[in-house]
Amino acid sequence: MRITVDMNLCESHGQCVFAAPDIFSFDDEDYLLYDAAPADALRDRAEQAAAVCPVRAITVSAGAS
Amino acid sequence: MRRPAPRRIVVVGASLAGLRAAEALRAQGFTGTLTIVGAEPHLPYDRPPLSKQVLTAQPGPPGTALPLPAALDARWLLGRPAVSLDPTARTVALADGTLLPYDGLVLATGSAARGAPAALAGPPRGVLTLRGLDDALALRAALVPGRRLTVVGAGFLGGEVAAAARQRGLHVTLVEAAAQPLERTLGPAAGAYVGALHRAAGIDLRTRTTVTGFRAGANGHVTGVELATGDTVRADAVLLALGAAPATGWLADSGTAVDGGVHCDPYLRALRPDGSVVDGVVAAGDVARVPQPLAGGGRLALGHWTNAVEQGAAAAATLLAPGTPAPFTAVPSFWSDLHGARIRSVGLPAVADEARIVEHDLAGRRLEVAYHREGRLVGALTINRTARLAAYRTALREDGEPAQQPAPAA
Ligand SMILES: Cc1cc2nc3c(=O)[nH]c(=O)nc-3n(C[C@H](O)[C@H](O)[C@H](O)COP(=O)(O)OP(=O)(O)OC[C@H]3O[C@@H](n4cnc5c(N)ncnc54)[C@H](O)[C@@H]3O)c2cc1C
Ligand code: SF4
Repeated sequence: MRITVDMNLCESHGQCVFAAPDIFSFDDEDYLLYDAAPADALRDRAEQAAAVCPVRAITVSAGAS
Repeated sequence: MRRPAPRRIVVVGASLAGLRAAEALRAQGFTGTLTIVGAEPHLPYDRPPLSKQVLTAQPGPPGTALPLPAALDARWLLGRPAVSLDPTARTVALADGTLLPYDGLVLATGSAARGAPAALAGPPRGVLTLRGLDDALALRAALVPGRRLTVVGAGFLGGEVAAAARQRGLHVTLVEAAAQPLERTLGPAAGAYVGALHRAAGIDLRTRTTVTGFRAGANGHVTGVELATGDTVRADAVLLALGAAPATGWLADSGTAVDGGVHCDPYLRALRPDGSVVDGVVAAGDVARVPQPLAGGGRLALGHWTNAVEQGAAAAATLLAPGTPAPFTAVPSFWSDLHGARIRSVGLPAVADEARIVEHDLAGRRLEVAYHREGRLVGALTINRTARLAAYRTALREDGEPAQQPAPAA
């Protein structure tokens, strides 16, 4: 699975970090860090993170992990 | 007791909670007729930008439409408010006389801006409120650089509009009855911090006072507000930001308990005043008053974006699985953007009896507060420290009811 976050849209709301802490986290300056190719087992969590992002910055797609 | 799967589902309220409920119904396999009723003529749009980018963006306001999934297959009845519910006949009546029968019904009518209090009834022209897109565009038109805006109420919405107007180059007065902005929700220390942000941005913040009257010119347009202190503040426009009330007027004769929002059980099923379940009816979003584990089980309606998203999906799940619903236990979260500061919260700071300041750095524009109730963590707030929130959120989840994820909306 592939994850992309449009960092021009991201406002560091943190909803994705709450929904899928295995994939998303922040650095000390509240800048979003994420695993762009997480294991497929995390698919549900990734979809959930995308669904709760208030600015719809997250795209989840199939693809090599 | 299992009922047959619903064939006709009606969603009343064509906004965030209603749309997410509709999406979740389809995602969870509902193939029957789906009807979405909306009072506004607009397809669903997002409200948070209305007090932010829609007021500030140049040259024009950005689009705010919420994306509609291609496979929603819904019938939209827009610009036609629902006026009554008959839960015995299982019908919803619309203002134009249409009668919609349902097997399942989602109440998602959100809330409406509180207007002028009775003592200030009949305000002059130029006194505005903000809830919908049309309100935001009217307010945007009034934000002419160099003019004077008075905002009444320094909550999140009032604060954001004051900040936006300042950014647009208006002279802004912000009037608040309490000693600090947001004092009741966030406590005095965080409130004072937000007050300092406002003042640093050049906003004339007047606390511990209320508006007692309006001044108007010969043309009937507002020219100023009178304060309880005896002062008069000149104003070319006024925004009343006095909070929002759940939109339950249309349910008054439905036999549902609606004071302070539609009373719900932990599965988001609507209740009668005697606590019995109204069959086939669920509620979600700002209109739903739901038991909150962090408030000792007390029922609260939350005006939070994420709450509408998560409850929309959970309400859909309850409708489709009436025999085995999962209780709604998502940890609330909220955000606000003020003068470039990222205000973020998890849990319910408003129900706390103690606010513990972990970090307080006005120059560095950083704040971290942990909220407790009877010694137990109930919430946290950060400013420009979102990274710290994840740990609080985990602690709140582990502390609360057994962790039950609502079904994802996607
Ligand atoms: C200006 C503004 C800024 C905000 N900023 C933030 C923010 O920064 N962060 C945050 O977390 N939250 C924010 N919120 C709150 C968030 O937008 C709401 O929690 C969310 O919109 C709730 O969604 P909802 O679908 O429950 O209700 P609403 O979005 O209020 O939608 C309810 C819909 O039902 C319709 N309706 C009402 N009565 C009837 C009827 N009788 N028949 C048919 N339709 C009816 C209404 O017209 C409306 O379209 C903000 C809200 C506003 C107004
Ligand atoms: S939820 Fe969206 S806006 Fe928030 S941090 Fe994640 S990607 Fe950024």
